[in-house]
Amino acid sequence: MNEIPLWASESFWKKMAIWVTAGSFLILVVLTMDSLSKTSAGSERVPAYSVINKKIDYQYNKTSHKFMPVIGENELLFGKEFTDEEARQLVDLGKKTTQTKNCMNCHTLLGNGAYYAPDLTKAWLDKGWISKELREDMMVKFLMDPENNARTFGSNRKMPNLKITEQEAKGIIAFLKWMSSIDTNGFPYNFKTINAEE
Amino acid sequence: MNTNGLNKVMENTNAFCKKLLVCRNNFKTWVQLDSSNLSDGQQLSVKYFTVAVILFFAQILFGLLAATQFIYPSFLYEILDFSVNRMIHINAMIIWMLYGFIGCVYWFLEDESGTEIVGLKLGNIAFWVLTSAVTVVVLVYLLVQIGPGKDSSLWFINEGREYIEAPRWADIGIVVVMLIFFYNVVATFSKGKWSGIAGVLTLDLVALAGLYVAGMFYMTNITHEQYWWWWVIHLWVEATWEVLVGVIMAWSLMKLLGVRRKIIQTWLYIEVALMFGSGILGLGHHYFWIGTPEYWLTIGGFFSALEPIPLVAMVVHAVYDSGAHAFKNSNHPALAWIIAQAFGNFFGAGVWGFMHTLPQINMFTHGTQWSASHGHLAFFGAYATINIAFFYLAIQHWRGDVWMGGGSQNAWRWKWALGLLNGGVLGMTIALLIAGYEQSFIERAVEGSTWGGYFTAQNHPSFQSAMNWRLFFGGITFAGFILLVWDLLTIGKGETRKAPEIIES
Repeated sequence: MNEIPLWASESFWKKMAIWVTAGSFLILVVLTMDSLSKTSAGSERVPAYSVINKKIDYQYNKTSHKFMPVIGENELLFGKEFTDEEARQLVDLGKKTTQTKNCMNCHTLLGNGAYYAPDLTKAWLDKGWISKELREDMMVKFLMDPENNARTFGSNRKMPNLKITEQEAKGIIAFLKWMSSIDTNGFPYNFKTINAEE
Repeated sequence: MNTNGLNKVMENTNAFCKKLLVCRNNFKTWVQLDSSNLSDGQQLSVKYFTVAVILFFAQILFGLLAATQFIYPSFLYEILDFSVNRMIHINAMIIWMLYGFIGCVYWFLEDESGTEIVGLKLGNIAFWVLTSAVTVVVLVYLLVQIGPGKDSSLWFINEGREYIEAPRWADIGIVVVMLIFFYNVVATFSKGKWSGIAGVLTLDLVALAGLYVAGMFYMTNITHEQYWWWWVIHLWVEATWEVLVGVIMAWSLMKLLGVRRKIIQTWLYIEVALMFGSGILGLGHHYFWIGTPEYWLTIGGFFSALEPIPLVAMVVHAVYDSGAHAFKNSNHPALAWIIAQAFGNFFGAGVWGFMHTLPQINMFTHGTQWSASHGHLAFFGAYATINIAFFYLAIQHWRGDVWMGGGSQNAWRWKWALGLLNGGVLGMTIALLIAGYEQSFIERAVEGSTWGGYFTAQNHPSFQSAMNWRLFFGGITFAGFILLVWDLLTIGKGETRKAPEIIES
């Protein structure tokens, strides 16, 4: 009487806990190695930094049933063709600046961050920049002096002046352009880009 | 400055310090706590609890400021911007909960191992180092806020990565302090005796400290950066922290209700198996949209959908054990908060997490106030509650193991604090959920997530009224916090009856 069946015993669950944890972690390590190699800069999903020399769009793909980045022919940024190394450096400056200016505690990047300001995943492609001809200039001015170039969309919410230099602003724009070329499995859905016809 | 001026400053500082000392002594006579009731380890533990409560206050204060800015965007504009307030709001939360956990472990370490803490002096030094570091980090957040786009800013000002913004020098400090803590735990159990609880705790702390290192590097590639960033955030709060809470809960139920160790430890192993079995690969639900391969949609969706199961097990565990012991326990407020933990964890982390974890839904809810809704109820339900339960256990002991059962004086205070805090957080959660729904429909589904769509949703009356309600319930939470602190400082004062002996059965 009162014999504890194996499945309810302490030692059974102790072994179970160890095996399940070790097994799950092992699978995670394998998947991590695979994911990192499939998402290095220059892979199919995450283009090389020199993609900032190209035209980028975001369109619905009928075969895969999702929105995907479309990389086109040359469309230079700031009228300059960047080498691989120059492009990497500029994107790096931009990425670092987004961190040191704490962008993520108002905005989201790839949907992660805070919810006080709009998502930056496809900010480069946003219709808010009115036209492709005005875009680069508007972005630089906005980043360097957001208070006087405020884009509040009737919300009264203004980005504060973060003392971003011109070089840093160009870096951020390069970073945003590069980020908009990442294949994010269709997120965000139904996003109409600045290239789309009305 | 001439010497006269300097003398005056010195005099003023002196007078101020004296005043502060008088205040401190007055406070000590008023609060009437006798530290000779505490063991050495417990004295260290209550230091951690004290800082935890102060940081809890900071969390609520800066949360209220940020919530106000949603309604009045010009409030503190370019003085304390939303980004600063929000950063301190979430950082104070992470740090006060860690302080609480460390305090809990130091509290039961001697009891569980049957011996004195091996490196108590080292533990005390670590406490002061960590507390000074936290103070400096917060001051830099408040006064310097941001830096130029250079490595030096990442090292000394702010790393700009949500939840782990602390600059790199502080990261290294945190790792050193965690290693000291880890050494104390392992060395003390090795000197005394090991147990199932001790084993789980040790392995969990290895993972907890090790994972933090994964978040200490800068990367240009944002997909890789966010990949490792989630290793820290997810594997902390949805795996190792949950197990740590399981350990703390296990020990508390044993002490509070007298549940048998064999039952407690079997439950703990079951929880570990379920928690890590679902939580480790459940990490995949953060890898849907950051550029990582499509297989994460399947793996993340499936395993994260299983994550509520261990939380159901914890509810069953807590409620069943309480019922089996006919709710006979030595500390009513502590047990009430443990029950609140079981349900808060299940609803906040489990149900609210499950609601938007499947990729087909998450596509539209990701990056909206849904996450904020889930975050508020989950962090409060899973982690704030268990720490508060422990504060009550600690204060009871500090007062000399006095009666905290039925018929206590001023019991209305802890009951109202419990009600206001839970009601306040639940109210914020519902308000944010409504805002999240509205965003998902208008910004995401209809407008396709453009900036224009974002602001259309933000300007919508249902969003704005949700923000008003959120601030209102934030105020309720704050009132609950004030009452909680008052109660913690006064409960059991002048109580002469001793707590009943709870025997293992």
